[in-house]
Amino acid sequence: MTARRIAVVSAGLSQPSSTRLLAERIAAATQHRLQAEGIEVELDFVDIRDIAQDVTDNLLTGFASPRLEAVIDSVTGADGLIAVSPIFTTSYSGLFKSFVDILDPDSLTGMPVLIGATGGTERHSLALDYAMRPLFSYLHAVVVPTAVYAASSDWGSDDAGTLAGRIDRAAGELAALVRESDRSSQVRDPFALPAGFSPVGAFGAQ
Amino acid sequence: MQFGIFTVSDVTTDPTTGATPTENERIKAIVTIAKKAEEVGLDVFALGEHHNPPFFSSSPTTTLAYIAAQTTTLQLSTSTTLITTNDPVKIAEDYAMLQHLADGRVDLMMGRGNTGPVYPWFGKDIRDGIELAIENYALLHRLWTEEFVDWSGKYRTPLQGFQSTPRPLDGVAPFVWHGSIRSPEIAEQAAYYGDGFFANNIFWPKEHYMRLIGYYRQRFEHYGHGTAEQAIVGLGGQAFMAKKSQDAVSQFRPYFNEAPVYGHGPSLEDFTEQTPLTVGSPQQVIDRYAAMRDHYGDYQRQLFLMDHAGLPLKTVLEQLDFLGEEVVPVLRKEMAKNRPETVPDAPTHASRVAAAALRVEPVETEAVSS
Repeated sequence: MTARRIAVVSAGLSQPSSTRLLAERIAAATQHRLQAEGIEVELDFVDIRDIAQDVTDNLLTGFASPRLEAVIDSVTGADGLIAVSPIFTTSYSGLFKSFVDILDPDSLTGMPVLIGATGGTERHSLALDYAMRPLFSYLHAVVVPTAVYAASSDWGSDDAGTLAGRIDRAAGELAALVRESDRSSQVRDPFALPAGFSPVGAFGAQ
Repeated sequence: MQFGIFTVSDVTTDPTTGATPTENERIKAIVTIAKKAEEVGLDVFALGEHHNPPFFSSSPTTTLAYIAAQTTTLQLSTSTTLITTNDPVKIAEDYAMLQHLADGRVDLMMGRGNTGPVYPWFGKDIRDGIELAIENYALLHRLWTEEFVDWSGKYRTPLQGFQSTPRPLDGVAPFVWHGSIRSPEIAEQAAYYGDGFFANNIFWPKEHYMRLIGYYRQRFEHYGHGTAEQAIVGLGGQAFMAKKSQDAVSQFRPYFNEAPVYGHGPSLEDFTEQTPLTVGSPQQVIDRYAAMRDHYGDYQRQLFLMDHAGLPLKTVLEQLDFLGEEVVPVLRKEMAKNRPETVPDAPTHASRVAAAALRVEPVETEAVSS
């Protein structure tokens, strides 16, 4: 019980990507926090760009390619999730949402999540709280209070109290939840029948 | 082991010519396709049920009865019968009627239907889909196995001493398969009744269906109908053939690219790798489907989807020649190799009549004791 796994999903489109860079910094800060408490942390990075075609195919056909299936399993079976998207036209990117759309709606229930976003200007920072947070709330994930937004200006700022401070605070919040998580060691039964299910129905047995 | 074809009854534009068959042309084509299936030595023809365009098959028993009158050995089935939106009383009546007219060459496959707007047209709600499938089938099963039925359920008006007519032929109901893509509830239901389980197998990777069929087999044994390997399993499949495999690929690609459901998505190459769709020479189809038993265990019925996505009738008939003359005879031999004696064949009317004769009649026992 001293090892945890965190999935780090980033939806940046360019290479190199500031979205991926932010995801890495958040992941490293979270890992650092947990390691300080003697907890080993495995990080699984997912760049949605790499599976963009598979995501689209899944939307059209209803099934995931073997490669995408492996990614979905890695994300939904993690102890925690760091999700970072660029903000496009007032919200998370369409590709990011497409990936979330193909997840089973119950598969993130109880998942500790840290949300982050990147954008050209800090004017879009509230998109994290009015768009991304409700998305994960709907999925019954547990989103930590601090969301991390990085605008272009943050990357050039030498004011250590801003971006680095927000990352560190959010990482601490996520680490506290991941520490208590046993999601990655849970055994899931894909054939679990709903409670009270009867193969003849409520009335048919009479 | 039975081999056959199943159709979803879509009316689709041929993407290579832009021609769309009329409903009348497509309905007549289906009859021609079914007769051709018998002619080339296939065992089963299964027809879908839909109540919305671009599909024509709203009234499967009418079509199947018409086909029954023009065939002699072909087993007639459905793919699927909507157990959710149809009144189970009407299913009991319609298919018993068909069973008599077809001299017992009838079975059914139950399905839920996944098109939300269709449900309210029949006074139902798609959110009750599983519950409807469970309750409606419970009633249907009783209507076919008991003479007079008292019934009270959530989804239809109660029945008092109701007898559905005609009674099933020789007192034996048509065999029932349950089709499902992802619901363990339906696999559980099929196992509970000792009915067949059909995995459509055409849209998803086989690993998914392997898990679902494994679950059904295990539950079939749990409910005491036999061992897991004796459970009654059917599989869908899909193929397009030409003498040379490259010709098959180039002929089928435009249909694949525009096909309903998977068109404009994965490439033909990815889709054939990830699902059982096989596009190539007859030998490639043989190799792919002869291996299915390695994944799913010995099974009872293999159906192929051959007539969708706007393929013209002439092409479909050519495909049936390949299937009936080159593929299925070899598959029959391959599937028979090392098949345990204890694994049953797909149930037929004759086998079910014979099985019923062996059963002790509880009514007689009562009469003696009273």
